[in-house]
Amino acid sequence: MTLCANSVMLERGEVQVLRDISAAMQPGEITAIVGPNGAGKSSLLMALTGLLTPGAGNVTLDGDDIADLPLRQRGRAIGYLPQGADIAWDVAVQSVVALGRMPHGDTLIAPVDAAIAALDLEVLRKRPISQLSGGERARVLLARVLAGQPRWILADEPLAALDLSHQLNLAGHLKTCAKGGAGVVIVLHDLALARNYADRVIVLDKGTLAADGPPEAALAEDIIERVWNIQARWVQSGADAVSAQENEGAPNNPGQHALITLGPV
Amino acid sequence: MRANLLFAGLLAVLLPLSLLAGRVWIDPFGGGSGAANTALILMELRLPRAVLAVVVGAGLGAAGAAMQGYLRNPLADPGLFGIAPMAALGAVASFWLGMTWSLPVFALAGAGLAMALLALIAGRTSSGAGGGLALFTLAGLMIASLAGALTALAITMAPNAFALSQIVLWLNGALTDRSWDEVWIAAPLTLAGIGVLLVAARSLDALTLGEEAARSMGIDPRRLLFLLVVGVGLSVGAGVAVAGIIGFVGLIVPHLVRPLTNRMPSALIVPSALAGACLVLTADSAVRVLPLVTELRLGIALSLIGAPFFLWLLIRMRRGTL
Repeated sequence: MTLCANSVMLERGEVQVLRDISAAMQPGEITAIVGPNGAGKSSLLMALTGLLTPGAGNVTLDGDDIADLPLRQRGRAIGYLPQGADIAWDVAVQSVVALGRMPHGDTLIAPVDAAIAALDLEVLRKRPISQLSGGERARVLLARVLAGQPRWILADEPLAALDLSHQLNLAGHLKTCAKGGAGVVIVLHDLALARNYADRVIVLDKGTLAADGPPEAALAEDIIERVWNIQARWVQSGADAVSAQENEGAPNNPGQHALITLGPV
Repeated sequence: MRANLLFAGLLAVLLPLSLLAGRVWIDPFGGGSGAANTALILMELRLPRAVLAVVVGAGLGAAGAAMQGYLRNPLADPGLFGIAPMAALGAVASFWLGMTWSLPVFALAGAGLAMALLALIAGRTSSGAGGGLALFTLAGLMIASLAGALTALAITMAPNAFALSQIVLWLNGALTDRSWDEVWIAAPLTLAGIGVLLVAARSLDALTLGEEAARSMGIDPRRLLFLLVVGVGLSVGAGVAVAGIIGFVGLIVPHLVRPLTNRMPSALIVPSALAGACLVLTADSAVRVLPLVTELRLGIALSLIGAPFFLWLLIRMRRGTL
């Protein structure tokens, strides 16, 4: 039940964007893909989704090469949330979420209702997209993915362009999905969010794998310094904050981490 | 559903009305000595013309709705793929060669050639991620402008004045003096085209979320493109073959219909076909009734309505209310 990149090499045009990337994502975990701009994060995510075909190596889902899977079957297994919140027509929230059933070729309403309920969209159900805020729109698009009941959720910067409370809110939803057994793979820019919410972090640097492991190891200060060329220190919130967080049902980490940047190396 | 019922109802009212309208108004309750003449006018002149208006309008409306859904753009028009201009070029060639009896065949061959070219280009452009759609649209535009240039060349080099006037008149689109023959050519092809577009409809819905999201949901972009080229090609090509170029219907109709639906592309195709039929039928009845020395060409009449509407649309879009 794993999603694996096996020695993936990927070229876009003349540029080699991924070099020999191997990583195995586990279900029930949030895997964060981080790295500087142009490191190949989105490309890796699209290769894992099957939208980009590696020039060498392959991506396997439960041992099967993803390039050989029928498109519908792949769509049912992997829900992909692209970057941005582009919706061409001013349709109602419910219509967008119902699109999640597309890979199944059915119009079941129960999973759509469940996804709408999971993301607290009940009151917005009939609202046209143009009347939603950025945060609401992001929740609608995630609900679309959930309505397909995929075993894997792959999301490209789902938390970008959201304010702090909506970021935590959506990250919490993704955590719930992972606890429910789905494998969640997200591209993130915010290293603190990756540290606090991910079970595992993959660090990319210029198309190569710079680190892969639990957040505290993969996002160690020396790795950040090497990959991002900045000096930074992690700080951890105190005991009071910990108990407050536990009441909220937030992550199991002993405390929340914040990253303080000290300037270029 | 609401839109389907509305436009089907409207069509049911307009169709009999259009049969009565013309240079000779027919009194539905009349009878007596003129009854045989009246029956002849109805069955051999007005009914085929009305049915043809319905067929042509339905094809243009459905194709317009599908094109706007595919290109995710409310300004898209079935003419964008270059199918209608190529069909027109085929028709012009038949005038040029003095083989007007085979005009529909020439026009359909032109549409077919455009479809084959588009399919060839599609096979080469839609394989990679991103950019394929823009490249494909540009290719369609190039086919359209090439067909336009060749048509203009054919006009300037027309073999005689008669052919010249025939070409120019025909290019403006009309349903004057059409018979059941044209109906039998256009109706099956248009229906088949709309059928193909309906097969593609759900995939067009997926495109609402962008090309990548659609692909991730199991939509095969190449299959969708082929369906669209064939569907638009049949429904538009058949229309041009029997009626010439009739602009703006494919552009305007989806806009009139969209607010009455849930705005998903799939919900738009059937009501756009019905509304397109209503629009062309009404416009054709109107040009028949207008007291002019020669009948106003249908294509000109629709462009006269269409251009101001298009301007209004652009202004509304700028205000962001679309």
